[in-house]
Amino acid sequence: MSRPLLLVGGHTLDPSQSLDEPGDVLVVDGRIEALGKVTDVPESTERIDVGGLVVAPGLIDLHVHLREPGGEHKETIVSGARAAVAGGFTTVWAMPNTDPPIDDPAAVGFVLAAGARARGARVSPVGAASLGLKGEQMTEVGELVAAGAVAVTDDGHPIWNGALMRRLLEYTQTFGIPVVQHAEDPVLSAGGVMNEGTVATALGLKGIPNASEAATVARDVYLTELTGGHLHVQHVSTREAVDMIEAARSRGGRVTAEVTPHHLALTEEAVRGYRTEAKMNPPLRTAADREALRRGLAEGVIDAIATDHAPHDYQGKEREFDDAPFGVVGLETALGICLRELVQTGHLTLSELVDRLSCGPARIMGLEGGTLRPGSPADIVVFDPEERWTVDPAQFRSKSRNTPFAGREAQGRVRRTIVGGETRFLEPQEQAARSLTRAG
Amino acid sequence: MSATTADLELGKDLIGLQDLSREQILGILDTAEPFKEISERQIKKVPVLRGQTIVNLFFEPSTRTRISFEFAEKRLGADTVNISSSGSSVQKGETLVDTARNLEAMRINMVVIRHGSAGAAGFLADRIPSKVINAGDGQHEHPTQGLLDLLTIRDRFGSIEGRRVCIVGDILHSRVARSNIWGLVKCGAEVAVCGPKTLIPKGIEGLGVHVIPRVEDAIEWCDVLYVLRLQLERMDAGYVPSLREYNRVFGISSERLARASEEMVVLHPGPMNRGVEIDSDVADGPRSVILPQVTNGVAVRMAVLYLLSGGKPERAEAAKRGDA
Repeated sequence: MSRPLLLVGGHTLDPSQSLDEPGDVLVVDGRIEALGKVTDVPESTERIDVGGLVVAPGLIDLHVHLREPGGEHKETIVSGARAAVAGGFTTVWAMPNTDPPIDDPAAVGFVLAAGARARGARVSPVGAASLGLKGEQMTEVGELVAAGAVAVTDDGHPIWNGALMRRLLEYTQTFGIPVVQHAEDPVLSAGGVMNEGTVATALGLKGIPNASEAATVARDVYLTELTGGHLHVQHVSTREAVDMIEAARSRGGRVTAEVTPHHLALTEEAVRGYRTEAKMNPPLRTAADREALRRGLAEGVIDAIATDHAPHDYQGKEREFDDAPFGVVGLETALGICLRELVQTGHLTLSELVDRLSCGPARIMGLEGGTLRPGSPADIVVFDPEERWTVDPAQFRSKSRNTPFAGREAQGRVRRTIVGGETRFLEPQEQAARSLTRAG
Repeated sequence: MSATTADLELGKDLIGLQDLSREQILGILDTAEPFKEISERQIKKVPVLRGQTIVNLFFEPSTRTRISFEFAEKRLGADTVNISSSGSSVQKGETLVDTARNLEAMRINMVVIRHGSAGAAGFLADRIPSKVINAGDGQHEHPTQGLLDLLTIRDRFGSIEGRRVCIVGDILHSRVARSNIWGLVKCGAEVAVCGPKTLIPKGIEGLGVHVIPRVEDAIEWCDVLYVLRLQLERMDAGYVPSLREYNRVFGISSERLARASEEMVVLHPGPMNRGVEIDSDVADGPRSVILPQVTNGVAVRMAVLYLLSGGKPERAEAAKRGDA
C-alpha cells in the first residue's frame, strides 16, 4: 500500500456532497480519509501543495474504445488507460467492439487484467450484448458480469432487433446492469457519412437523418417502459432524442444518457472541406441540435459527458471522406474543451461540469467513485481551471491523433490524477517543478 | 464594372463552381469562345500546351467526359496519359495519396481526375503541386460539365442573367445538378429543381434554388429545362418504383412540352435513357441543344486547361495562333 497522501491548500469541488470550498484531502490506504482542515495526519504522510488548484473526484468516462485486442496499432489498453489519466479520468468503460469482440468471459478477463497492469485509469470492460455483435443471439450476460463486465452493449452497431432489445432489457435486470445502446436505425442511416441537410447536400455526401437516432430511442424507451429495465443511451446527438429521453424520465422510465464533448462543441459545419477528423457516428448535427444537447445537459436530462474516444491511425483518416472510418479521440481534450465551450460560455457552472464528468456517471451506474466522501476510493483529479492551452495532437499519450480540436483553445489543465491513492499522472511541468524542489 | 485580370485568375485547380466568382465563371466562358473554332478546322491542333504532361486519372468509368478532355488536351498539343481504375495499381489497393505521389514523382503538369467519392479531387489537389481539374467527384461537383452547360445556355439566349432554369430528375445523386446550381445562381439565373421527393436532397433550398413538385408546372415556368439521367440502379434502391412510372410522371415528352414557352430549350448531360427521363422526339427535336452541349464541352475544357496552365483570357486568341 502506498504512503498516505495529503493534498494541501486546494479548492475541493465535489458536487456529490455539494462541496465547493478550500480544503485539504487526506488519503490513507487508497481511500479518502478526511476532508477540510486536516491536522491529524499519519507520520509518513506525503504532503503535496495544491494551492490554487481544484481538487475534484476523478473523471469517469462511460464510453471509450481501447482497440485491444485486434487494433493495437491504433490504441492499446495500456496507451488508452494512460491517455485517460492524462485527461483526468480515473475510470473508463471499454467498449466490446474489438477484434475479436468481448463476448465471452475470458475476453472480459483479458481486458480487466490488461487494464490492471496498465497503471492508468481503472478499466471496466463492457461486454457484448449479442454474440459477435451480430444483433442476433444474446451473450451469456451472467457469465460476463461474473467475469467483471459492468454493462452490455453492441456499440459500434445498434441493437437493431427489437425483440432482442426487449429480452436484454428484461434479462439484465437479474444482474442489475444497464443495456447500453448506440441508437441508430441501420437501414435509415445506410451509406450515410454525415448529418443530412444543406451541408451534406452541398458537399454531395450521403446524410444520416436525425430520425435514425430518434426512432431508435423512441422504440427503446417504450421497450424500457414495457420491461422495467435500465436503458442507457450513448452519445445523444439530436434534439428529438433529448425530448424523448426527457419525456421517458418524466413518466418514470429508467433511461439515462450521455453526450460527447464534440457534439456539445461542434456542428456539421466542421465537416466542410471534407475534414475526416470531423467524421463520427452519430454525426455532428446542426446548431439547433447542439443547443438542445447543451440544454439537456444543463437540466440534467443528460446525466453524463462521455468521450466516445475512438482512436484511428493516420492512414485511416488520410483518405477520401466516404472511405474514412468514423470516430475521434477525446480522453485528453474532454475537460479542456468542455470547460472552454460550456463553462466559459455560461452553459454550465464548473461544479455542474464536474458533476457530468464524474458524479453523474457514477450515480447513474451505481459506481463507487465520483465522490470525495470519506471512505470512498481515492480517485482524484487535480486541475488548474484557469490555464489556457492549445490542443496539440502531437502531445497526446494516446497512440492516435484523430481529433477535430487540433489548434483549438482549451481551458483547464490536469495537473495530477490519483487512482486508488496512487498518483498515476503528473503533468510534465509539475513533474519538473517537483524534481527541482527535491534537488534544491 | 469590369473585372481585372487578377479577379479572373483561377488559382491552382478547378475543383468546383462553388469556389468560383461570377467573374471567373464568365471569364472561362469568354475564353472558350475563341477555342470553339479550333475544332472546326481541318487540322485541329494548336501549340498552346506543347510540352505539358497531363494525366487523365479515371477511377470511374466515363466515355464522354474522358474523350472530351482528351480531345481538348490533344488539340492544345499536350502529351496525355490515361489511367483508369481497372488494371491499375488502384485496383491493387493503392491509396489515393500514394497514387498521387507516384504520379508527381514522374513530373507531370496536370491531373484530370474522376472519382467516385465526393471531395476526392480537392483531396488530391491539396496534396500535390500539379494542377488538378475535377472531372466529377462523387455527388459533389462536375465543374466542366456545369461550364459547358452555361456556355450552351449563353449561346442560345445571349445571357444567363434572369433566365429561368429548371433541373429535372435525380438531384440527390447528381454532381451535374450541383455544379449547375452553383454556376447558374452565381450568373444570375433563377433556378428550380423538380423530381420525385425521394430524389430531392434535404436542404437543397440552402443552395439558392426552389423546388417545383410537378413537372408540368416546371415546364410552364422555365426557359431552360435541364433533364438529368435517371440511373437504372435508383429503381433497385427503391427511390422510384419503376422506370415506367418515372417516365409517366416525370418523363419529358413532346406532349408535355406543348405548354412550354416558344423559346424554351432542353439540355441533357448524357448519356440519355431514351424513353425513361426523355423521349426520343424531344431528344432529337427542335428544342434540344444536347449535341451543341457536347461540342461546347471540348471548347470549355480547352479554356480551362489554357487558363490553369497560366494563360490569360485576353491572350487566348493570340495563343491559339501560336504567338504567345
